[in-house]
Amino acid sequence: MTGTALLPPLLAGAKITAELTIASTFIGAVLAFAAGIARGTGGRLIRLIAAVYIEIFRGTSLLVQLFWLYYALPLLGPSIGPFTTGVLALSLNIGAYGAEVVRGSILAVARAQHEAAIALNFSRRQRLWHIVLPQALPEMMPPLGNLAVQNLKDTSLVSMITIADLTFHAQNLRNLTLDTVPIYSLTLLLYFAMALILMACMRGLERWVRIGGSPARS
Amino acid sequence: MMYGFHWDLSNPLAFAWSILPIILIGLTVTVEATILGFIVSLIIGLALALLRRTHTRWVAWPTAVVIEFIRDTPLIVQLFFLYYVLPQFGILLPAFLTGALALGIQYSAYMSEVYRAGLDAVPHGQLEAATALNLSRTRMYVSIIIPQAIPRILPAMGNYLVSMIKDTPVLSVVTVLEMLGLARIIGDRTFRYLVPLTLVGAIFLILSMTASAGVRRLERALPKSGILLR
Repeated sequence: MTGTALLPPLLAGAKITAELTIASTFIGAVLAFAAGIARGTGGRLIRLIAAVYIEIFRGTSLLVQLFWLYYALPLLGPSIGPFTTGVLALSLNIGAYGAEVVRGSILAVARAQHEAAIALNFSRRQRLWHIVLPQALPEMMPPLGNLAVQNLKDTSLVSMITIADLTFHAQNLRNLTLDTVPIYSLTLLLYFAMALILMACMRGLERWVRIGGSPARS
Repeated sequence: MMYGFHWDLSNPLAFAWSILPIILIGLTVTVEATILGFIVSLIIGLALALLRRTHTRWVAWPTAVVIEFIRDTPLIVQLFFLYYVLPQFGILLPAFLTGALALGIQYSAYMSEVYRAGLDAVPHGQLEAATALNLSRTRMYVSIIIPQAIPRILPAMGNYLVSMIKDTPVLSVVTVLEMLGLARIIGDRTFRYLVPLTLVGAIFLILSMTASAGVRRLERALPKSGILLR
């Protein structure tokens, strides 16, 4: 098989990989902000729940989480398809890592800023949304960008739960053709290309946040 | 039955207790793969960092591309690549060694950044002072730069070691029987996945929390001023 014949199935897989990455990065970001803010500023119970979530998903291996959700969750109740399972595992995992980033940048905002907001009689919510987050957001963008690329790489593991992503198609092609070197070289290059695109997007988002998204800095 | 241990399916707790010895055999494989991969990453990472720092542009620039490529592509695909491609070139390694090698190569990209950041963080004035004192290049690195870089480098390496522990289950895809691989086999044979997978998750949690705590202690214990190489 030549390179041109290998490309269409690999590209079909790359499309699934891109969808998985976009879905889980987006949901992961929501989880990261929810858990990160809860861990940093919530009440005692909420703080504890967020801490347990973060520790469990950062402390265990993604592949273990994936298999657990795939094999063990249906025994406890809901049976969801492999794609949903994959997105769920990836989002929960990357969300936990992101939560630590969010919490860290909130803590890094100068104490005087919190104090000034209290002195000006801002409510807790106003303090968070108008004073702290606008200053924390630009700081958390670079590490969150790294996590997005990490997430893209992590999507390759869902091939283990029968999702036909790029890695899955590469494995299939190898079993069919035994053309190992071209298949895996192409696969690696496709992942690299997607990572470069994703990094460019995250850098664009970072610039946008620095200019427009943070009123405190304008 | 596995490795001579029978499982007891009467209740979940008894089941967990009966398969614990099997999972612990997997734990030794996990730990061995992590340590071997860590050593490989330290060596290749150092080589990459040194090549990256050379002043010859046609060496430094391609090295930067290689580091970026290794770092931005998934471990599992790199592992499949090594596992299927190395034998075509007559290099027949056991799955365990291929796995540890792949793990080491993936993390060498991160390690090279750790070395680079550590060396770059030493204030430039130190370099200038060493030059002013007419120290040789070797003496400058051994007595001035590296001792001050160590307190920054070691904790970062420790954090990657913790990450590596959590990446070892990927090795199960090329038939390495570490904890997760064994848990899946037990699940396949007994049709009970919940207990073995939860057990493995719990062991990973204990491992990584202990290791992270160790790294934090190390970070506090290291003197900020540096460690003399004597």
